[in-house]
Amino acid sequence: MKLTSLTLAVAMFGGAAVAAEVGPREVQFNEDGGVEASLSGMPGDPAKGAVVMATKSMGNCVACHAVTALSDTPFHGEVGPELDGAGDRWDEAALRGLLVNPKMMFEGTVMPAFYVIDGFTRPGDAYTGKAAQGDLDPLLSAQDIEDVVAFLMTLK
Amino acid sequence: MKYKAITAIAALLALPMSAQAGPDDDKLVINGEIEMVTKTAAPAHLQDAMDEVMSGWHFRSDETQAMEADDFDNPGMVFVEKALGAWETAEGSEGKSCADCHGAVEDMAGVKATYPKWNEEAGGVRTLQMQMNACRTERMGAEAWKYDAGAAIEMEAMLSSVSRGMPVNVAIDGPAQATWEKGKELYYTRTGQLDLSCASCHEENYGNMIRADHLSQGQINGFPTYRLKNAKLNGVHSRFKGCIRDTRAETYSPGSDEFVALELYVTSRGNGLSVEGPSVRN
Repeated sequence: MKLTSLTLAVAMFGGAAVAAEVGPREVQFNEDGGVEASLSGMPGDPAKGAVVMATKSMGNCVACHAVTALSDTPFHGEVGPELDGAGDRWDEAALRGLLVNPKMMFEGTVMPAFYVIDGFTRPGDAYTGKAAQGDLDPLLSAQDIEDVVAFLMTLK
Repeated sequence: MKYKAITAIAALLALPMSAQAGPDDDKLVINGEIEMVTKTAAPAHLQDAMDEVMSGWHFRSDETQAMEADDFDNPGMVFVEKALGAWETAEGSEGKSCADCHGAVEDMAGVKATYPKWNEEAGGVRTLQMQMNACRTERMGAEAWKYDAGAAIEMEAMLSSVSRGMPVNVAIDGPAQATWEKGKELYYTRTGQLDLSCASCHEENYGNMIRADHLSQGQINGFPTYRLKNAKLNGVHSRFKGCIRDTRAETYSPGSDEFVALELYVTSRGNGLSVEGPSVRN
């Protein structure tokens, strides 16, 4: 009995840690369009970030950006700048801000916002072509974004 | 020597990463006789955005391009043949065929080049499919065809085929202007969770690769188009719908006022290019 309640308490504690995540509506940008604080409150995993970037159903970053470190994945796009050296050109806060909402830094950019759920014209239910029901999910989770930031920081 | 060979292999392997940027300079002549204008000066209304307009044909592989150069190799022509039969077939309560009023198919040369077009009686802009359906319901006493579906898209392809080589020339002023303006607004409106407009890809980024796709100018002078991807004729409204769906947006429907307006506007961006449908694309 005691054990069960202890497990329950741990589970609730774990729940509290998830609640500490910064939601898409709570992100604080600095004056340069960067985001200083980790969205998940956890460090990112660069290996997972590489997977997010190369996977079509996740970030699909390579659809627009060429990244030499991801050359195992074929067909990198040319719509956005190459990301080689991104970790030299940007700091962590800037990279996080660019992923959350690049329009805060580059007005009019073609790049989608990966952690924004409001303000879209005719938002759809993913790729069905039908109207979205209720709140949208962000394109990537808080931890996905932290993982991608961690990967990009390795591109030096 | 060995080192050189390895470098050469590395260079080849690196190729898919940036592929062949930009459209090519090939010439399209269909059946060895119809010389097509696939690049020309941008129409006046577009000159702030680009100097030259280009058919999507220039953005496809040599193999795909070759299929369009000969009617025996163009899978879209099978559907044109089917529509030739429908042209002669009487339908509806009036017992009339298209040919009874319009005569030979060849006499329809030039029609496709001017659609979408203002219709005074209807008090609105009509696409060619809308005009075909007006004929069917008002003159033939037949049922309207479903938008962009089988019979309609085949007939549109057939009417396009007899206009091939003629310059696209839709009117954007006069009574059509309001519809054209609405289409222009839709073209530049960023939609969906990916927040992309037509212009994001087809004006700002044509010639660039997006993953394995070579972005074209999104010209529609080649519609209806036979796509190798789905092995059928594709109507332009259905293509619009697919593009908008891919921005993670709620789409409009084929035949909707929005897509009629967008078709007029996008067609006008290709004024001066040859009518090319049924084209072949990937």
